[in-house]
Amino acid sequence: MIQCPKCHAQMHTYNRNGVQIEQCSGCRGIFLDYGELESLTRLESQWAQQAPPAPPAPQAYPAAPAPAWGAPHQGGHYGGHHRQKSFGRMLFSS
Amino acid sequence: MTTTPVVRALGDLAHGSAHPATTACSCPPPQVLADRNDGTVVRSGPVVAKAHAADSDTRALMARLSLAASPPLAGILLPPLPAPDVPPAGAGDRTVSLWPYGRPVDPSDPDAAPWEEAAVLLARLHRTPPPRPLPPMRGPVKAARAVARMCRAVPGGPCTAPVLAAWRGLPGWARAENPVPPHRDGYLCHGDLHLGQLVRHPAPQGPWLLIDMDDAGLGDPAWDLARPAAWYAAGLLPPGIWLRFLDAYRAAGGPAVRADGDPWPELDVVARALTVQTAALALAKSAAEERSPDEVEQLMIDACVRIASLPPELVSEPPS
Repeated sequence: MIQCPKCHAQMHTYNRNGVQIEQCSGCRGIFLDYGELESLTRLESQWAQQAPPAPPAPQAYPAAPAPAWGAPHQGGHYGGHHRQKSFGRMLFSS
Repeated sequence: MTTTPVVRALGDLAHGSAHPATTACSCPPPQVLADRNDGTVVRSGPVVAKAHAADSDTRALMARLSLAASPPLAGILLPPLPAPDVPPAGAGDRTVSLWPYGRPVDPSDPDAAPWEEAAVLLARLHRTPPPRPLPPMRGPVKAARAVARMCRAVPGGPCTAPVLAAWRGLPGWARAENPVPPHRDGYLCHGDLHLGQLVRHPAPQGPWLLIDMDDAGLGDPAWDLARPAAWYAAGLLPPGIWLRFLDAYRAAGGPAVRADGDPWPELDVVARALTVQTAALALAKSAAEERSPDEVEQLMIDACVRIASLPPELVSEPPS
């Protein structure tokens, strides 16, 4: 059993995803052995890769197929008096 | 208001065609509906006179105008009135045609525009076996002209870089440099569809018809869907309106896109071309008026930025 170098309380050993870590029962500080930080970092990056993709942005209308270069967040552009007027002009010209 | 000789000549011609000279006249003064390089249009009561573009290829223009009088296209295109016996002197050597007045789409209410009717008219046009000989549809030529106009108006301007990059990424056929691929070619196309190209005739409550065949001809019918597609892709046209238009076109058997599923394999190139054309004209016009592009124009330029930065594997048809 090791003692916490900071508050001298007892440290307990835990296993987190195959990595042994010691945590102080007093101040909750954590002691990592050589290589354990790297192991945790590696586990973290694996977890991030496996995480499901973020849900798509909400759409104002049932999704219609769009090209790869389409405007992001279809559905957000259509309001506004100025835009209506300007868009109206564009609809009628070559 | 200042009038030009051609406007006066068209007004006189339209008025002279509206009723016999012997009838008492309470007609309002002729109304200029358009006065641009590519067409001057003047209305007097039930008659509209049009002077076509000065640089038109006359033979090609006559072939295009004859489409409007062609019986298989009745109910799709507004039929012309008999051409004037003697071309009005004030029109110079521009070809002049006469048309019945039709009621246009209300520009102040784009949401009420006849999207489904436009789609059905296009589907019927595209399904009509084209009379031959007929020149090519002028869509790609107009896109190339718009880019050239931008380059003259804003020579070397940094704002033109993404538009030019998007333009260079298009296949040669969409830039009027190569023939249209055979499997997409040979359909009867309008060539310049927008909401100003629809009227109700007889006015005010008759059926909707297409007008202005000056750019019509043989080509890829997807070009006629490309403007709405480009507006939708740029985030301007709400998806609901786009889907109404697309679904009506498909339901009417339009051949430009596959019957079901994702239509973008057919639309991608043409919608990119119209995005470039619209952005190029926006930059040319805003430069001429010494202003910045407005919010809507900027969205089309932004779309060019996204097109220009596309990884090649996301482009459905690479440049040629």
